[in-house]
Amino acid sequence: MNAPNASGWKPEMTPANEDGLHNGPATVTGNRALMLEEPLLFEIGRADVTGVDLPEPAADAPNRLGGLDRAEPIGLPGLTEPETVRHYTRLSRQNYGIDLGFFPLGSCTMKHNPRLNEKVARLPGFADVHPLQPRETVQGAFEVIDELAHWLIELTGMHSVAMSPKAGAHGELCGILCIRAALEARGDAREVVLVPDSAHGTNPATAAFAGYRVENIPTTDEGRVDLEALKERLGPDVAGVMITNPNTCGLFERDMKKISDAVHAAGGFVYCDGANFNAIVGKVRPGDLGVDAMHINLHKTFSTPHGGGGPGSGPVVLSEALAPFMPLPYTIRTNDGIVHLVEEEDAEQFSQDHFGGAMQNFGRMTAFHGQMGMFTRALTYILSHGADGLKQVAEDAVLNANYILRSMEDLLHTPFAASGPCMHEALFGDKDFGGDLSTLDLAKSLIDEGYHPMTVYFPLVLHGAMLVEPTETESKAALDQFIAAFRSLAERANAGDETMKQAPYYAPRRRLDETAAARKPKLSWTGLDE
Amino acid sequence: MRYLPLTDTDRSDMLATIGASSIDDLFVDVPEEARLDGPIRGLPMHASEMAVEKHMRRLASKNLAAADAPFFLGAGAYRHHVPASVDHIIQRGEFLTAYTPYQPEIAQGTLQMLFEFQTQVARLYGCAVANASLYDGSTACWEAVAMASRITRRDRVVLSGALHPHYAEVVRTMAKFTDDEIAGAQPAIQPAPDNAGLISRIDEETSCVVVQYPDILGRITDLSPIAEAAHEKGALLVVVNTEPVALGAIKSPGEQGADIVVGEGQALGVGLQFGGPYLGLFAVRDPKHVRQMPGRLCGETKDAEGKRGFVLTLSTREQHIRREKATSNICTNSGLCALAFNVHMTLLGETGLRRLAAENHRLACHAADRLAKVPGVSILNDNYFNEFTLMVGQDARAVVHKLAAKGVLGGVSLGRLYPGVDRLSEGLLVAVTETTTEEDIEALASALEEVLS
Repeated sequence: MNAPNASGWKPEMTPANEDGLHNGPATVTGNRALMLEEPLLFEIGRADVTGVDLPEPAADAPNRLGGLDRAEPIGLPGLTEPETVRHYTRLSRQNYGIDLGFFPLGSCTMKHNPRLNEKVARLPGFADVHPLQPRETVQGAFEVIDELAHWLIELTGMHSVAMSPKAGAHGELCGILCIRAALEARGDAREVVLVPDSAHGTNPATAAFAGYRVENIPTTDEGRVDLEALKERLGPDVAGVMITNPNTCGLFERDMKKISDAVHAAGGFVYCDGANFNAIVGKVRPGDLGVDAMHINLHKTFSTPHGGGGPGSGPVVLSEALAPFMPLPYTIRTNDGIVHLVEEEDAEQFSQDHFGGAMQNFGRMTAFHGQMGMFTRALTYILSHGADGLKQVAEDAVLNANYILRSMEDLLHTPFAASGPCMHEALFGDKDFGGDLSTLDLAKSLIDEGYHPMTVYFPLVLHGAMLVEPTETESKAALDQFIAAFRSLAERANAGDETMKQAPYYAPRRRLDETAAARKPKLSWTGLDE
Repeated sequence: MRYLPLTDTDRSDMLATIGASSIDDLFVDVPEEARLDGPIRGLPMHASEMAVEKHMRRLASKNLAAADAPFFLGAGAYRHHVPASVDHIIQRGEFLTAYTPYQPEIAQGTLQMLFEFQTQVARLYGCAVANASLYDGSTACWEAVAMASRITRRDRVVLSGALHPHYAEVVRTMAKFTDDEIAGAQPAIQPAPDNAGLISRIDEETSCVVVQYPDILGRITDLSPIAEAAHEKGALLVVVNTEPVALGAIKSPGEQGADIVVGEGQALGVGLQFGGPYLGLFAVRDPKHVRQMPGRLCGETKDAEGKRGFVLTLSTREQHIRREKATSNICTNSGLCALAFNVHMTLLGETGLRRLAAENHRLACHAADRLAKVPGVSILNDNYFNEFTLMVGQDARAVVHKLAAKGVLGGVSLGRLYPGVDRLSEGLLVAVTETTTEEDIEALASALEEVLS
């Protein structure tokens, strides 16, 4: 068996069984000859080289810099254009992206990034407009915001949406600040936010940043929020709860409505972490489940590219109770079809004219009005899919995840497989591994098979967690191939194959020493001699 | 549907493998009453690439692009020429479609880039260490304030009146929910900023002083006396820069004693994009403050074979480990924008950045001299880099709209930035960059002449 690896990571060159490293299927694809080492810019650049043709400063040019002219060299080496292109092209080849192959990061939703989105975002009418341009010259930009806002409200069944948050965690902060502002407006100072122990780390960090004390709510043996424990903890000091649904165990919180009702009855608000909205888009509206605020990671559900860790974009949908408190600026479409940008300047007027004075915006969270470049991409994706396609997105994402779950459950520990279908992602543990092999060893071995590893060691409620999320843009053939590789690794891990501890063998780097990096941090280039 | 590879046969085969009879079996945990039956209200069915592009082009065509008019807007977002290879490189799939480099063995491209970026930013700012970027300049400004409070264990923040009002507003918003108390001043229309007034507001309770450099009116002030005054009282100096190109011409904040330097990196590589995504820059002068920094950091290390490599590091500050005790709730950076900045800066190099800065300043001086000749116009600034304040003798908000009607994007009115402060309403911020031509300047001058007459 010597099947080629169609994941696209590297062309096959070395049959696996001949290198003596392991006995798995021949999907190992080393190709080091084309992997080029690339020095740092600071080792190859020169101070007197530039790749941009600009006029030399004239000696007699006026100088009105207030006597603060920079005298010392900055220390910024330059490269010519061909050298620059080569430097970054070589660096790019040491990266794995979704365009290269399957990227099963759970809870992070790496899906196909359509190039139409990129083309649209680069239209000069979107890319080359200034955030403070006279409003009559940017009606099209406001219409994009308004149109996307409309579909986000419609898809979530909520009342309003705050578009300005710059990323998912910024959106969380926005939602929690709306909750706090609403509570303060009714003179109700509460101190505690409840967060399940399976939540993303951003949830407790956000609540703490907004001035709340965080208390954990346990997860049941079924991988869901412990409703009874939650109910018991509710009281007049609880501002709200932060729940992820579908949750980080990959499951739908089937008690969501009961949770919302209980929280509301106790005078609190429900924040939903919408990171996993892609599993339910077009199938379930969080507003119908009693959610008061939920951020939507546009890169996850609506395919805006994540660029090696960002930028993100985190619009927050809000219930009627929280809508009046949303941050400035926001857009509103009046009956004449004109879209207005509401800033400090006209907030009061719009509040009177259009909301009967109800708006009590808590302020501004960012300089301008959000991630416009992401809005154009997300709207393009929504319109490309349409009403039929978006529903299919959720169905295929869930189908793919369950296919992986059921194809692995005979080999890997699946603590919550009996508690119902998974949603967008399948959760596995390392309980059955032999020797002292761990999740990390399987993850690093997956690299040698031509795949990006899944999310590891999260959620914290499961020992050695492995969270696999295929998304809807993967074909059955791609999944079957991944499952074959994953199964062979699981078999080796269960058998305690010690060679896995040294993986990856074929990546641009072998295991990197993260402990040494943290012990004596070197965070910028200081010279060759150090 | 072109983005969905499963066929109906695949779907039924997979359902059989799973042991489910229909897709609805996989949604059994969703309560009946919460399930959406039927199509999403009002949303059309899926559309072709051609049809979607047509719709989006129609929306884009309703905007006046900066390149299509004489363009003079700044105030925290600057239009610079971005070399073509920048966009080529950031569109390479291995950069564009990668996730956070949590698996460093196959993310060395992103990680090495971040290490280079951190080095570039630290040097530009005159600091020891920069992080791997934040959302934008305004949120970075708040993070600096929060960090200063953590370091000094004080909670009184002194804001300069000449800090970008949106940045000040972000700080005020966030401070409503923390223990920080804001002592801010209104800006004044005068040739030099009120540094004496600023210094007099620093006391033993002050965690930090926040100043902008060059400031919102374009003025460049010597930061050293402010740094000294702050340090004398045990406070930190936070310096905000919204135009990194300026630092190719003027002294770095770090060398004047700034403790935390933050800014907006959009001007290099990123483009205007109607406000985002932008690039928050964040650096500290004293390396011992690194453990209090927000955001991601990339560090150098070695792999199992002894080769140099890079990893995300000091993550014990971050939310995925520290949860509610993290230095910040931020769990992303502006990675792709940082790459654009990194590539643009590499193309420029020291020589290019200095020439670019000189060209910006030369054209700004020329524009100021020309605009000063327009009857009814005076230039407020004694000094500036590429942005200055015109006094137009009437409400500049109306002037901006009248200029737009003549096809000239003439600047940002102070009235829009400071809606409540009447005495600023006659100010118009005008920014000039290397993309500004002599014809553009002439067009603005003659349009202003007509509008003001």
